[in-house]
Amino acid sequence: MRACLVLVRRELEGYFVSLTGYVIITLTLLLLGFSFLALLSNLNGEATEAPLTELFFSTWYYWLIFLLISPVITMRLFALEKSSGTYETLLTTPVNETEIVLAKFTGALIFYAVVWLPLLLYIWIVHRQTPTVAFDLGGLASTFLGLLLIGALYVSIGCFASALTQSQMVAVMVSFGIGIVLFILSVWTLLGAPLKGWASKVLNYVAITSHMEQFARGAIDTRPVVYYLTMTILFLFVTVKVVESRRWN
Amino acid sequence: MPDSSPTNSWVIDVRDLVKRYAGRTAVAGISFQVARGEILGLLGPNGAGKSTIIRVLAGYLPATSGTVRVAGFDVFYESAEVRRRIGYMPENNPLHLEMRVREYLKFRAQLKGLARPALRSRIDTVMEQCALTDVSRKIIGQLSKGYRQRVGLADALVHDPELIILDEPTIGLDPRQIRSVRQVIKNLAGSHTVVLSTHLLPEVEMTCSRVVILNEGKILAADTAENLQNKIGRENQIVAEIAAPLPDIQQLFDGMKEIERSDVAPADGEFYRCALTTRDGADLRATIFAEARERGWVLRELTRSRPTLEDVFVHVIRNEKEDEEND
Repeated sequence: MRACLVLVRRELEGYFVSLTGYVIITLTLLLLGFSFLALLSNLNGEATEAPLTELFFSTWYYWLIFLLISPVITMRLFALEKSSGTYETLLTTPVNETEIVLAKFTGALIFYAVVWLPLLLYIWIVHRQTPTVAFDLGGLASTFLGLLLIGALYVSIGCFASALTQSQMVAVMVSFGIGIVLFILSVWTLLGAPLKGWASKVLNYVAITSHMEQFARGAIDTRPVVYYLTMTILFLFVTVKVVESRRWN
Repeated sequence: MPDSSPTNSWVIDVRDLVKRYAGRTAVAGISFQVARGEILGLLGPNGAGKSTIIRVLAGYLPATSGTVRVAGFDVFYESAEVRRRIGYMPENNPLHLEMRVREYLKFRAQLKGLARPALRSRIDTVMEQCALTDVSRKIIGQLSKGYRQRVGLADALVHDPELIILDEPTIGLDPRQIRSVRQVIKNLAGSHTVVLSTHLLPEVEMTCSRVVILNEGKILAADTAENLQNKIGRENQIVAEIAAPLPDIQQLFDGMKEIERSDVAPADGEFYRCALTTRDGADLRATIFAEARERGWVLRELTRSRPTLEDVFVHVIRNEKEDEEND
């Protein structure tokens, strides 16, 4: 367990010591900035019923953070260690595969949470300047819970992709590919493709965009929570198996 | 599965180890044992299977068949126990280049389960042992290769493991750096068990108490360096440099019964360099001197050489080939 914490710290240090971490933070700030601008033009100085967080997440830029930023955050986790050879020294320490995967996942997820922090500042600014717009702390908390849950899924997909290869490029492309499939499944329903019966039911369960809107509105439904937790655990489990697979051949 | 055979007294016990990669057999059924305190050298040309054996010993790769035990634990079934007891430095010595030396050693020591009170003193000890104290705050990526290699060694030593496994510890270093790394390894003798792989013969001669010679995944010979030299010691070589007409020299050596093989090559000027392999280690130096004086030849060198490990190596590989041809 203590070795696990040491590894989490090491992962976080990895982001802040190398340039990658700062590039990711800068990119995220840029995307959040666009969202902020879109939010301001949405407000248009008028009073609305919807809470601030919901308005923010009805803009589209934040999706790029899930789709683009999480693969970039996770690409280095295993691929970098494999290409530099430190994977071998890591796997011959007494730390086992599950601990290694969990530590890397946790490190990446914490960094992912850190890059979202500027959002708090934006929301605070808008809230101060436009007191007419509804705002409550519960809604903010459930927004961040949603961000964290969806992030956990995307980060676990990234872990899996990175464990498959020693090329960070391939890792990015694989996790981006899986991520975009999940995303398309959810906008399918939004684009109004008229699906009936079980298909529309299933799509409703996996519609990430509408889940996020719910969270931003302050509504926590257990179904999406269970969905994200199980999917995350599934991808982490597969990642552990991939890491162990070198012992199978 | 684990059995309670007396093999537990060995630090390493390898039995019938086979490792096949897709379509290629890297290790073809080898067995060897290593006792506590020994320094064993795995010697062989590139591609002989040294790194594969090392990786199986370190628990990084599974064996295709056969059993490998380290300190009595099976490397596959009891991997965690084995990993706790080994210090491993892979080939090319991968390190986190962006970290500082002391920071890296602390990170690695914590991964290996060292905690507070012992942590600091162990790091101090290995940094002194590997002469790293004056670079403790430097970033690893900015260090010379010799220093980096010693950082790798310090990492392998930091948790005071029972067994230290080093894959090509001196590859790519300059002669001065090689000497310092070898000195560190040599100082481990007695207190630690060490397995190292190399394709450099002097390395084995200087650091190892026992040698396993490998070629194409098989053990060709396994013994102490000295015994191996003695084994082919009967094939002593005598080198003479003589200035005389070539046919005369050939005729003289062909007439000597004790000479098994003679190899005469032109040296500078009128001299010929004659390498003579004698039967049963016969010392022909006096005879050759007498013959040369009698004929009035100029003799400027006359030496008898004991075989180096290099000769042993060539010898066992040649024997292997001949055996194959006879089969």
